[in-house]
Amino acid sequence: MSTHAIALSGLRKSFGPVEAVAGIDLEIADGEFFSMLGPSGSGKTTVLRMIAGFELPTAGTVSLSGRDVTKLPPYERDVNTVFQDYALFPHLNVIENVEYGLKVRKVARKERRTRAEAALDAVRLGHLKDRRPGAMSGGQRQRVALARALVNRPKVLLLDEPLGALDLKLREQMQVELKQIQRDVGITFVFVTHDQDEALTMSDRVAVFDAGRIAQVGTPEEVYDHPATSFVAGFVGTSNLLSGAAAEQLLGRAGTFSVRPEKITMTAGEPANGVVAEVIYAGPVTRFVVDLDAGARMVVVEQNRRTGTKSLSEMRGKRVRLTWQDEHVIEIGVNHAP
Amino acid sequence: MTRWVLRVVMALGLLFIYVPLLLVLVNSFNGDRTFGWPPHDFTTRWWTAAWNNGGARDALWTSVKAGLGATAIALVLGTMVAFAVQRFKFFGRDTVSLLIVLPIALPGIVTGIALDSAWRSVIEPLGLGKGLFSVIVGHATFCVVTVYNNVLARLRRSGISLEEASADLGARPGQTFRYITFPMIRSALLAGGLLAFALSFDEIIVTTFTAGPGIQTLPIWIFNNLFRPNQAPVVNVVAAVLIVLSVLPVWLAQRVAGPEAGASRT
Repeated sequence: MSTHAIALSGLRKSFGPVEAVAGIDLEIADGEFFSMLGPSGSGKTTVLRMIAGFELPTAGTVSLSGRDVTKLPPYERDVNTVFQDYALFPHLNVIENVEYGLKVRKVARKERRTRAEAALDAVRLGHLKDRRPGAMSGGQRQRVALARALVNRPKVLLLDEPLGALDLKLREQMQVELKQIQRDVGITFVFVTHDQDEALTMSDRVAVFDAGRIAQVGTPEEVYDHPATSFVAGFVGTSNLLSGAAAEQLLGRAGTFSVRPEKITMTAGEPANGVVAEVIYAGPVTRFVVDLDAGARMVVVEQNRRTGTKSLSEMRGKRVRLTWQDEHVIEIGVNHAP
Repeated sequence: MTRWVLRVVMALGLLFIYVPLLLVLVNSFNGDRTFGWPPHDFTTRWWTAAWNNGGARDALWTSVKAGLGATAIALVLGTMVAFAVQRFKFFGRDTVSLLIVLPIALPGIVTGIALDSAWRSVIEPLGLGKGLFSVIVGHATFCVVTVYNNVLARLRRSGISLEEASADLGARPGQTFRYITFPMIRSALLAGGLLAFALSFDEIIVTTFTAGPGIQTLPIWIFNNLFRPNQAPVVNVVAAVLIVLSVLPVWLAQRVAGPEAGASRT
């Protein structure tokens, strides 16, 4: 592809003495579902706000479809945002909210009504078009915000933790819907989230943010199976880090390694190499915290297929043997990308 | 037990405030020229007399003009300062905020004397003598606060996310102001404006010092006629009108600010 939907280069942003974004280079392809994943304060929202035009970068440039928009105000950029708090206009009803972008761009009344109604139908809210946002549930408001942004047919849709305020069931449902909508409209989605499940489930590619920088960019599989840094390994999924003496003793190699909890097999077999410190029952799975004799603490996840709850609690304090296949040991910081 | 004590105390307090006001209203219909109590005659004679009293009518008209003028100035300046203080960071911002609020706390006599001497030593030599305009300016000094406070509170509560959303959807700054910001602060402007009008309408001290010759607002007219025995019944009527005209904007302002505040919090 010759031009990218979004290209960031050398992007920096300081708020007084605090450097929120400390040098970002990133290219996002047309039609991609791209996630920015990171803990709060890692700079992902600030990057999004610079793409939207709400913040002026301290240094660096923002390009949309090959055009430098770094200094353009938000209303001259072909992007739309779904805000974390939705930011629906409380004095306008649903259809007026959705029409707003068309109205300020002087689209004829008849056409904008038709397009707004189509957008509302697409998010299955056609029957609520006369409601005020104040009289709607969180999930409904979220959909109005989505329709209000999509009706303008932007080249890029920015989503700032749009599912953050929803309960788990609704979140999972909206994840599927968002992905489907993105496939249907075919525009670039940039999705900011601190929820690794969300990022892994929905994205074509994920950028993991750490302290104002991007620690890793890759497909969900790459980021999960081959974390570039121990931060990525720890933030994306649960990770057992082995380093120093423990690594040499268990793996026979020096360095920092990660083994995912679900890749570890726990048996009662001999010779035992650790003791169960904690048993956490979580419905479909159980998490065991095992202190290895070699001096590392490992988390093991097991499916609750055979075990009964009763026998689980008796596991605490038992000596066990942990084994894993060598191919599941990931050396941190070494590029395994195919 | 304590509940009952508190209720009684509250009732006494409210009685103490409102019974005298009620008395004025009742007495304006009292047929007895010396206001004998309890009133045994009902009459609208005083109301007719007041209506036909040229001095009182002129004063009412002057008060309305002064109130509208001061409110207009307060709306423009109060809104502008509220936006400056809430939306921008600049050197001395907190000081500006304090200086805007201060005049409402200053004793009216101080404001009055200060304005009087400023007008005589600075503005009169420029060719603009004291008159209705000086009263309007004097009232505006403390009326700005009500608009400022109302608009500031509204801006603080609503934040800038709606305006960002508007810009994001392609609205230019003028459109954002017209479609989003103005509707957002409209009820705050109305509430602040009504309070400003009420403040101006019953002002007497600052008015005394700033009014030019021949300018008489309603409260001043009452004050001047209070001790003339044959004017007493008419004074009662004018006071009753003043009560209604002062209470009405405050009551409206509360109603305007009330439900809106509840709804926008959702």
